[in-house]
Amino acid sequence: MEFFAESFARALHLILSADAELVAIVGTSLSTSCAAVLIASVLAIPAGIGVAITQFPGKNALRHGLNALMALPTVVVGLLLYGLLSRQGPLGSFNLLFSPLAIVIGQTVLVIPLLWNLVWTAAQSADPRIIFTCRTFGAGRYQQARIVLHECRRPVVAATILTFGRAIGEVGVAMMLGGNIAHYTRTMTTAIALETSKGEFALGLALGLLLLLVALLTNLALSLLDRRSE
Amino acid sequence: MKQFLVASLLVISALAAHAEERLRLATTTSTSDSGLLAAINPAFEQQAGVKVDVIAVGSGKALTLGRNGDVDVLLTHDPAAEEAFLAEGAGVDRRAVMENDFVIVGPPSDPAGVAEATSAADAIARIAKAGAWYVSRGDKSGTHVKEQALFKAAAVAADGKWYLSAGQGMGPVLQIADQKPAYTLADRGTWLALRGKLGLKLLYAGDPILANPYHVMSVNPARHPNTNVKLAKAYANFLTGADGQRLIGAFKVDGEMLFRPTASH
Repeated sequence: MEFFAESFARALHLILSADAELVAIVGTSLSTSCAAVLIASVLAIPAGIGVAITQFPGKNALRHGLNALMALPTVVVGLLLYGLLSRQGPLGSFNLLFSPLAIVIGQTVLVIPLLWNLVWTAAQSADPRIIFTCRTFGAGRYQQARIVLHECRRPVVAATILTFGRAIGEVGVAMMLGGNIAHYTRTMTTAIALETSKGEFALGLALGLLLLLVALLTNLALSLLDRRSE
Repeated sequence: MKQFLVASLLVISALAAHAEERLRLATTTSTSDSGLLAAINPAFEQQAGVKVDVIAVGSGKALTLGRNGDVDVLLTHDPAAEEAFLAEGAGVDRRAVMENDFVIVGPPSDPAGVAEATSAADAIARIAKAGAWYVSRGDKSGTHVKEQALFKAAAVAADGKWYLSAGQGMGPVLQIADQKPAYTLADRGTWLALRGKLGLKLLYAGDPILANPYHVMSVNPARHPNTNVKLAKAYANFLTGADGQRLIGAFKVDGEMLFRPTASH
């Protein structure tokens, strides 16, 4: 118990003194996850809206496919991307593996199905009369999409926040594609996973506390959004 | 309910009967990643009727485990740290076991011109000058300590965008170097064992500073009385005795000996 209390105290000290290594690790986590969510939003939000307002064969199959992709373990995504990005793989000539960009790619691929699915659901919950009204006024597909997006902007923002939480909290992809290299690809999650066993328990605790904080803040943001929409 | 209790008691006692005596060995990742210990330990395990638990963490961490009494015996390759370990009374009975050398490996295109280096320090200086990717063990292992000595000799700071501190064992570091691609310092044993899977090339070797001796030490029983003293001594005897030395010398990859036996008789 004493060991835990002592480590906890050292963890708090690391956080409050803005320890350089801690700051670097948090910075890497934030930059890679933000970049991943940004790219994913650009792709998945239009896709989610588009699919919701369009009728096409195989729509059900797509929904099942997205659900299946969401359920894929992150280490499997990491494994498949490792094969793609490694020197011997098809994208090997770009030497992407073990770089922050590889982590961004991995997290993006991981969260696109989630965000796509959530935005699709959000768009579906928009009042169906809106689309009908749009069409009546001669709105084109693109304008319909913009209006639907505006209509369900709160759930879409909520979906994006949730996606960020997912990206920053995952460890499988970041570990396999990043390599946990100091001041380069060491994220909060890979540091906790790999540095703790090397005796850096206080650092692991500090990062764990910060991740908890991220989780609390994202939840707070979501509930605030929820309340305002009532 | 009664049958369940009887059955579980039988299972537990069966498991207890199977529990063998275990020797805890802390060692570097090079002896483990190269496959050496997997090749020689079974002979000792059979002979002594015990199991050897290999904890491969890098010399620095291994010595810490020994200092804390978490293991019984150590096989490391950091002579300066080992001598300090003895001097502080944390270990006893240090004996030479084997040696190999370090080599500098890197991308076949050799952007920094390491193949033309005149010394190990010069090789490091060339890498720093070219700003070419370099992956460090970064884990206070014997290899890391040797690398730091080279950087010091070359008057190069282990700093900059090109310097990647992986904080991992030799195997993972070689993998990272393979992918970037980057230069790195590797012990010849692990290099020979893994080079088939890598696209890296051996670019520099031979400088006397790159010699890499391995020693075995037992944890001081006066400090940590509940370490397995008898078994630790038996293992040290095995490694430095005729059988162990023969097995070490016989361990080859592609016909090349990985570790040269050095125990004196």
